[in-house]
Amino acid sequence: MKSLFMNPVLNKEIRLRFRSSKSFIGIASYLSILGLISLGFIGLTLSFDGGTFRPEESRSMFLLISMLQLSLVIFITPGLTGGVISSERERQTLPILLTTAQSSSSIILSKLFSSLAYLLLIVFASAPLYMIVFLYGGISPMSVLASFGLYTFTMLVIGSIGVLASTVIRKTIIAMVTTYSIAFFLTGGLAVITLMLTSFSYTFQQQGQEYIWPFIFASMNIPIMFFSVFEESIMTEFKHMAGFEFSPWIIFFGVYGAVIVGSLALAIRKLRPKMQAREYPK
Amino acid sequence: MIETVNLTKKYGSFTAVEDLNLSISEGTVYGVVGQNGAGKSTTFQILATLMSPTYGSAYISGFDITKEPAKVRQVIGYMPDFFGVYDQFKAEEYLHFYGASYGLSVAEREEVIPQLLELVNLTGKRDSYVDLLSRGMKQRLCLARALIHNPKVLILDEPASGLDPRARVEMREILKELKAMGKTIIISSHILPELAEMCDEIGVINCGQLVATGTVSEIQTKLQVHKEIIVTVSGEMERAVRFFEGELEVLNVSVVENGVGKIQFGFRGSDSSQQALIKKAVLADIPLLGFQTLEKNLEDVFMEIMKEVEVEGE
Repeated sequence: MKSLFMNPVLNKEIRLRFRSSKSFIGIASYLSILGLISLGFIGLTLSFDGGTFRPEESRSMFLLISMLQLSLVIFITPGLTGGVISSERERQTLPILLTTAQSSSSIILSKLFSSLAYLLLIVFASAPLYMIVFLYGGISPMSVLASFGLYTFTMLVIGSIGVLASTVIRKTIIAMVTTYSIAFFLTGGLAVITLMLTSFSYTFQQQGQEYIWPFIFASMNIPIMFFSVFEESIMTEFKHMAGFEFSPWIIFFGVYGAVIVGSLALAIRKLRPKMQAREYPK
Repeated sequence: MIETVNLTKKYGSFTAVEDLNLSISEGTVYGVVGQNGAGKSTTFQILATLMSPTYGSAYISGFDITKEPAKVRQVIGYMPDFFGVYDQFKAEEYLHFYGASYGLSVAEREEVIPQLLELVNLTGKRDSYVDLLSRGMKQRLCLARALIHNPKVLILDEPASGLDPRARVEMREILKELKAMGKTIIISSHILPELAEMCDEIGVINCGQLVATGTVSEIQTKLQVHKEIIVTVSGEMERAVRFFEGELEVLNVSVVENGVGKIQFGFRGSDSSQQALIKKAVLADIPLLGFQTLEKNLEDVFMEIMKEVEVEGE
């Protein structure tokens, strides 16, 4: 386990990423923008609301920042992970790396963790900004922890898909476009499908039938599930339609857990050629 | 040390390597010669476990590349024909990274890296960014990288390609040192005189097939490549030319320098036949001043082989 987290590929990736000043400029810019949005939100509310900032408004600000942060994760993760292997291939450094004693799993997992480390740093560096909401109340520390947990899980889901695309697709640009397409489908695409399916629910309800599909698709949608952490009522309606009491988190973590494991297993398998001996035909 | 058995690589209907059988013993420097697209790099990539053969197998240090690729990777040092480097690393960090990738401890790396930098004449560049090194220096650094885990076998695909003459000489000297260290080396190059100088044996590959293998002189003998002879006469050029043209084992007689009296011809006989020819010329009263055999180099041998292969193909 120690070798997995302290291995040379991970060490190299982190060292090279943080050697460039661009990484630090990126973090500073992001925090400045997020800070300006938070302070701007407070300023606007204060000016429209006669100089008061209520806990409900603090809650709205928290939701705004959280959804912004989730969008950042969805937008940046494909860019960070969609080229981890293909860019090595394009720079012609991959063959040399593959002839070292590093196992395929070590290379793939190190690449994933090192790419996500930067995004995790950005997200966790924003934690002090979140603390502003505690000044005004309306949000529990558990909600903040849950949102950070979900950011990390979302990064792992999209990151694993990105690493797989980067391993099986030779060109970085195509691997990135593929990862972005899948990430947008899992977020926006599934949300649209959920909405479309919900629009048919009236017919089923009139006939007294249970209608499970909006619940299933909503449970697999990252933004809906993220939102449900703060607004539980959103899933209650879907549960009512489905007609059973079943935690949507089981579907969410079950499906995406399988996506993470499946994508990484396939990437590990595809990184090196499958060496096989076949007899020369006589 | 290195053995390939019926090694074949096909891409659809195209055969890159066909039924290749090589046997390279420990400590041998084996040169692979062939035109572009002959199958040299494909063979090297299969040996480096970067590609699976379609048929057959290969063994390095007794490990089957198809069954124990991880063990094979521990005993080989591979240098591809085209490679990239991590530009943001310093030369020493670059070697540390690969050393760690082979499981070397920090203490082991700190002991071996200065020695390797010394071997490849890059001691003064240990703190330079790889990005700032010249092509020749990058090639040498890549060679040092291939040696970091002290492999028994080196697979070097065109290690001197794209280098200027001075950098080529430096690379050749390093390879000679590696040979002296007892490494088993399989190397390809387009610079045939260099290969001839370094290699114990060579193999000529054409269209994925091994068309000749052995020492340079063995190949010459095996293929019955004719010698080139220059005879110097003090006069009577026409009679001398007629005399040599009349001999069975002599071919392509031509006058090289009319004034001095130099006649060049090919001779496909053995050494004793050559002695008999000289004796016959003396007895025939040809005014001989000199009789010189031109040594054929690897380039000539390669061209002869290619000519024969083309003729057979037609």
